[in-house]
Amino acid sequence: MKLLLKGARVVDPASGIDGIRDVLVDGDRIIRVDASIPVGEAAGARVVELGPSLIVAPGLIDMHVHLREPGYEHKETVATGTASAVAGGFTGVACMPNTNPVNDNASVTRFILKQAAAADLARVYPIGAVSAGSNGEQLAEIADMREAGCVAFSDDGRPVATAGLMRRALEYAGMFAMPIIDHCEDRSLAGEGVAHEGFHGAQLGLRGIPAAAEDVMVDRDIVLAHATGGHVHLAHLSTAGSVRAVQAGKSRGARVTCEVTPHHFTLCDERLRAPLIYDTNLKMNPPLRSNADRDALLTGLRDGSIDVIATDHAPHHADDKRVEFDRASFGIVGLETAVSLSFDRLVHAGIIGVGRLIELLSVNPARILKVGGGRIAAGDIADITILAPDLPVTVAAAAFRSKARNTPFDGWTLRGGVAATIVGGRIVYANAAVPQTAGLKRSIT
Amino acid sequence: MSEPASRLRGKDLLGIADLDSSEITLILDTAEAMKEVASRPIKKVPTLRGKTVINLFFEPSTRTRTSFEIAEKRLSADTLNIAIAMSSVVKGETLIDTAQNLEAIAPAIMVVRHASSGACHLLARTCRAGIVNAGDGTHEHPTQGLLDAFTIRERKGRIAGLKIAIVGDLLHSRVFRSNILLLTKLGAEVWACGPPTLTPPGLDQLGVHTTTRVEEAVDGADAIMMLRIQLERMQGGFFPSLREYFTVFGMTPERVRLAKPDAIIMHPGPMNRGVEIASEVADGPASVILDQVTNGVAVRMAVLYLLAGGGENEAAA
Amino acid sequence: MPIVMDRDRVSRSLTRIAHEIVERNRGVDQIALVGVRTRGVPIARRLASLLQTITGHEVPNGALDITLYRDDLMRNAVGPQPIVRRTEIPFSIDDRHIVLVDDVLFTGRTIRAALDALIDFGRPRTIQLVVLVDRGHRELPIKADYVGKNLPTSLAETIRVRLEETDGTDEVIIDRTEGDQA
Repeated sequence: MKLLLKGARVVDPASGIDGIRDVLVDGDRIIRVDASIPVGEAAGARVVELGPSLIVAPGLIDMHVHLREPGYEHKETVATGTASAVAGGFTGVACMPNTNPVNDNASVTRFILKQAAAADLARVYPIGAVSAGSNGEQLAEIADMREAGCVAFSDDGRPVATAGLMRRALEYAGMFAMPIIDHCEDRSLAGEGVAHEGFHGAQLGLRGIPAAAEDVMVDRDIVLAHATGGHVHLAHLSTAGSVRAVQAGKSRGARVTCEVTPHHFTLCDERLRAPLIYDTNLKMNPPLRSNADRDALLTGLRDGSIDVIATDHAPHHADDKRVEFDRASFGIVGLETAVSLSFDRLVHAGIIGVGRLIELLSVNPARILKVGGGRIAAGDIADITILAPDLPVTVAAAAFRSKARNTPFDGWTLRGGVAATIVGGRIVYANAAVPQTAGLKRSIT
Repeated sequence: MSEPASRLRGKDLLGIADLDSSEITLILDTAEAMKEVASRPIKKVPTLRGKTVINLFFEPSTRTRTSFEIAEKRLSADTLNIAIAMSSVVKGETLIDTAQNLEAIAPAIMVVRHASSGACHLLARTCRAGIVNAGDGTHEHPTQGLLDAFTIRERKGRIAGLKIAIVGDLLHSRVFRSNILLLTKLGAEVWACGPPTLTPPGLDQLGVHTTTRVEEAVDGADAIMMLRIQLERMQGGFFPSLREYFTVFGMTPERVRLAKPDAIIMHPGPMNRGVEIASEVADGPASVILDQVTNGVAVRMAVLYLLAGGGENEAAA
Repeated sequence: MPIVMDRDRVSRSLTRIAHEIVERNRGVDQIALVGVRTRGVPIARRLASLLQTITGHEVPNGALDITLYRDDLMRNAVGPQPIVRRTEIPFSIDDRHIVLVDDVLFTGRTIRAALDALIDFGRPRTIQLVVLVDRGHRELPIKADYVGKNLPTSLAETIRVRLEETDGTDEVIIDRTEGDQA
């Protein structure tokens, strides 16, 4: 199957390209990227006139997603999660191990990959547990899981329990040059908190999670990364202190990378009080923090302290959210709103340019996880996301491909969206609202 | 005091945060008239006759529940007391399901006390009945705040310009939160005092003065309000011992003497004698603690009348 | 708007009513006046003063707020809620001849509510009713014992009573524009 994408703005920071190009795809590979590829030279190709209002980028990769399978299929499955991913423009997702059973061994890893192959939509890169059962005691079978296909290790949902365990994990995974991804939260400081410890949470009588709960563990992990030479990737950072620590750590030569979610760069804790007071779709861990923290994240996205935008897509059944705030499950979905929020709140707001956005959503995740993609040069795998930066989008949770609807963005009008998603040369998603791609149907291999 | 409003907005009373000063004045003025009913030989008026009010308490409470029950009966409402042990909740019926099952008997109002902040807001959104917050987690206890303000106004003639000291566990107290919102809305000078481990952030943003020295808080005060210390807080490591708490923060006769000579002593109850308040102070002439209880019935009658009077409860606006 | 009773007329009516009360009750022994809020209260006070002038005896005087006894409270979903004010009856009403006083008698529902309220306070020997104006259109079997002026009206009209104590002057006006009167 040949595909000729004509006349779009190609943004490929890894190749240093940002301009109008034609892209020729054959089978699962990109075979040519040129200023102009005449139709005659692409015999038998399906020609798609995209035009300069659309952007052709290397496929986006979300390196922090909860697919919930095995064990919580009422919330999401690999099939529905990957459908949600491609609708959100993601050609690949890395999924966290807090399933049931926990993905702490090769057989669960293989199961997840089998489900992903059956769904045949986005690529799935399993993240294995650091410790057996994510209990924070014994190291899990890291080498075996790597063999089965894991790309990184994390006890996400929880922090890597002790400094001692974190050190061993960094050393051991360092053997394979693989990162340990940590959910930074000191449990003794966070206590039974459900919201950011600040004025707004106090006004609502919600137990607080202080910023220090994240900061002390970020500091711990950077010190250990520096000491061991291992690579720590810090998940969903939310505080100004964390960003400062990462900057300092990087300048000292520690191998630390980090990610931020779209909800953390968009919302702050004042939203808990209005428009919908005690909205459980604002409950997540780490919590929404102060305006100053959010502004520090925006600065970090711009100046390079932050490497990745990842959604921490956390689907939950409505029953788990339609309860008192204290009892509601933590987390919101994010795959189908990430691109629109990123364009609307970062690019159109003048904080970063499109090139930087592609680094955050594609180049850097591919590099950190050492998976294919992140570039669309000739010979590269044809994982491509076609973006519509000026598309008016109204978020409609009822229409999500995900099983879950737990988002605080329902009804928001944003500028920017996804036109089409191509995985290995196959069109796996086409947006009917974008005229240039509306006619595209999923290709059958 | 501002001119009273002509009615309360909305079908619920979820917190002082939602009331403006004219609505607060309306409630306090109405409570004055309601207080007179208690002095009649027949302590009953037919105002809520035929209306059903359900007291739905998820946390044990004798004092607040009986106060509401008497207020409801004095207005001739049919009352239903439902006490739900938290263990039943854990067993499975959700809060919304519990409330919606009760809606089948078409209550005009449900008075709800719950251990989770925001529980009443959730019910107000999902139920047709008017919801009166009788205490939600550590968020607010609006009728307590109102009866405290009524008591102060009754004794002092006004609230604006008074210095009012509030001492105790400021972090976990819903009574504290309701009171500071209400007293600042009515123009009082509020001083909050407690251990730093039990002080919430951002009080200065509300116009409240804070100090860890109780002497500074009560100096020249017109009213001193003591908050209850719960034993779990000591076990949670917020302060070392009850004895030390009393030494540093307890309301003793010596500390009371620093206030104005006609200062009043208040406590929402139940009291821990010898922990937050000395017995001599609790039982002394300046104490209005029992008046607070009497006024509680009048204030709750006023709230129920203002919410349930004026027509059938339509679906939430 | 036509003035149907001016200051003089109001004054003469109240004087006449005071004499009628004395005559019918053969004195003021065990009589007590209860004014229905709002305007019944100053009228009751004036009557108490007139009765004292006539008989030399002081007649007890109270104020009754009937808001909590109204039968139309629950039905009136729109508009401001009636403000509840204090009832002040600082004497026992048991075995007394209570003279209820109100400004206008119309449907009779206010007086019905006042009777219910009074009965909750005790057991009077008799209850009599004074009104400054009776405008007809009764919906309940209620009758005034003493009337200042009978004023046949249409339902489209409103009677407005103004009193010196509450409104700065004494007069009774018929208002032919729309309006509602309890």
